[in-house]
Amino acid sequence: MEAGGATSDELRAERTGGLPAWLLGLLPLLLIAAAIGAFAALGAPGLGERRGPPAEELAVERTVLRPGTIALTVRNDGPDPVRIAQAQVNDAFVQFSGGEQPIGHLHSETVHLQQPWVEGEAYEVALITSAGGTITHEIPVAVETPATGPSFFGLMALLGIYVGVIPVALGMLWLPWIRRIPRGWMRAVMALTVGLLAFLAVDATLEGLELAGEGSQAFGGATLVLIGAAASYLLLTGVSAWLAQRREAARTAGASGVNLALLVAVGIGLHNLGEGIAIGSAYSVGALALGAFLVVGFAIHNTTEGLAIVAPVAHLRPSLGRLALLGLIAGGPAVLGAWIGAAAFNPSLAAFLFGFGAGAIVQVIVQLAPSLRDGGGRTLHPTAVAGLLCGLALMFTTGLLVSV
Amino acid sequence: VARLTRRKLLAGSVPALGGAALLHSTVPHRHPWDTEAQAAQGHAGHAAMGGGHASFRDGATVDHAANGFDPHTIARDFDWGTTRRLASGRVVREWELYAADKEIEVAPGVKFAAWTYNGRIPGPTLRAREGDRLRISFANASTHPHTIHFHGIHPAEMDGVPGLGAGEIAPGGRTVYEFDALPAGLHLYHCHVRPLAEHIAKGLYGALIIDPADGREDADELVMVMNGFDTNFDRANEFYAANTIGFAYMDKPIVARKDELVRVYLVNVLEYDLVNSFHLHGNLFHYFPTGTGTQPSELTDTVMLCQGQRGILEWRFPHPGRYMFHAHQSEFTELGWQGFFEVVG
Repeated sequence: MEAGGATSDELRAERTGGLPAWLLGLLPLLLIAAAIGAFAALGAPGLGERRGPPAEELAVERTVLRPGTIALTVRNDGPDPVRIAQAQVNDAFVQFSGGEQPIGHLHSETVHLQQPWVEGEAYEVALITSAGGTITHEIPVAVETPATGPSFFGLMALLGIYVGVIPVALGMLWLPWIRRIPRGWMRAVMALTVGLLAFLAVDATLEGLELAGEGSQAFGGATLVLIGAAASYLLLTGVSAWLAQRREAARTAGASGVNLALLVAVGIGLHNLGEGIAIGSAYSVGALALGAFLVVGFAIHNTTEGLAIVAPVAHLRPSLGRLALLGLIAGGPAVLGAWIGAAAFNPSLAAFLFGFGAGAIVQVIVQLAPSLRDGGGRTLHPTAVAGLLCGLALMFTTGLLVSV
Repeated sequence: VARLTRRKLLAGSVPALGGAALLHSTVPHRHPWDTEAQAAQGHAGHAAMGGGHASFRDGATVDHAANGFDPHTIARDFDWGTTRRLASGRVVREWELYAADKEIEVAPGVKFAAWTYNGRIPGPTLRAREGDRLRISFANASTHPHTIHFHGIHPAEMDGVPGLGAGEIAPGGRTVYEFDALPAGLHLYHCHVRPLAEHIAKGLYGALIIDPADGREDADELVMVMNGFDTNFDRANEFYAANTIGFAYMDKPIVARKDELVRVYLVNVLEYDLVNSFHLHGNLFHYFPTGTGTQPSELTDTVMLCQGQRGILEWRFPHPGRYMFHAHQSEFTELGWQGFFEVVG
């Protein structure tokens, strides 16, 4: 090692001609940029002429029906620009505006078709591209899209409060009860909570995948659900690790229950965001009858979510304000979701958010799992299994009351 | 007929109940008895160029010059060919036809990779006199094999089908179809190469008119080849028309003269649909099936034709004004196959 009297760092620097590290890191990127530039400038040498006609793909993301018009928001899924030349509704050419220019890759455009549509009837819209291809879109039942005025947002907010905020708050009233039950029972309640959450995670994932199938596939389709789930799982894990660090620094005992409750509330809140989107979008396309039955169903279904929030803080004495905040975090997003779903529904975004909610719930389940352990350190002891199964059964049964 | 709805009735009755005639006339409103067209315009919020009819998008037109043909020209374009007289006194009538691949704008902004005879769809309307000797030189400038199969009476080897006579004419190949112009009437020609539906639907067809030896009464003559285009290859047509371009005779009517005899040579070549039809507004016409008889089969305003069926229509307009003609399959009508006659005094 003494040969040249040089350190290993100096040796390394010598081998790379003494270039600074940042330049070495940048070098491959610069070469790629130069190669791409040359490739483009030379007109893709060696590849020859393009084979076959342009691939024209448009995904219909949103349909808005107003008296006398049908508006479709389309997004170009395919690699090539698409020009909408003509439009048909139910096998008849119609006048329309919008989409005069070709729509580029991933760009979206709204076309307004003039059609004296009749409520309750079915319509098939066909957009004809300049290459003669057709993009068809079915409207199974024509219903006027609600105008998004203050009264509409008020209605959606009320709906969100009915199905999200109130049931969660009511569910939290189980707090005094679970404080008094024996320790063994408490584990059963926690297991029940995990069961409830597991059901919601599966439910959200499936719903997300279904929505992903409807949306523009160029954004990844089902991948969006998984990306959303992974993102929220990692984010919440990071946040909870950060909270644990702070807790250690502050040496505040007992705060773990509060943090856990917060995480549960955030997880459920993200799930309720998705639920709100589903309700709002179903309402806006007329697929949802705002019956009392549905609201009652959601209320019963979501009341169990309140229980999940208060279970981790049962052994503490959280202030009323803190409890209210937890309830709002869990239930409030239903209002936001209803607004998004009704006013700016986008299947790709909704699929991502459903995945996001599912990932958050899985993270919460991981956080809650240790609290199921009995004296022997087992997680899946008979009481916990019974609790889990009851949780699944409860969610399944109450879920039958609502189908959006 | 306008639909009666409770809302419309209420809206219509409010001013009446108020008894305020002035208000009634100044406030925009709609009556249940308004015509459908007006109602549709009211619905749409502005008067469309189509004037309440189905139409292509406003402001966009087909570039007929780029296509190389105009449906208005085609309607009155009869190709008599070139003639020479044999020593026997017989007339030999000759045409040059070629098949070519060509991109056609079948509707404003919609291009279709068509196959054509002489660069146009329908191909030239060949016209001869009964008993002429017909010689059609055919050159295939397309990248696919084609033939010309004529309807009429001729020897088997002149039938223009694969395996008989010259059979399929390969790209770059040539042949001559030669036969007597028989019988008098309205016929058609089309490619007969497999797959047949595709070779016809892509545009390889045209009309063949053989006038009776003693001619027909003078008239304002028109040819209408009813066709369609399947631009997305789902074996169903996206566009329907007479002479290729949908709504062409809506945007610019065919001009006719009051009391003058109008004669339409009507041919149906529509692929993928079982039948097609022709309906005339405000009038009835004499119908001569296949144009082979001298007596009309009926006086009617609607005829139905399957693919390959054709006939001659004759009528006079007693009143000036605009009269629609269209397929009486409403779907075809609103997908392009409709037009107007503008009758002038």
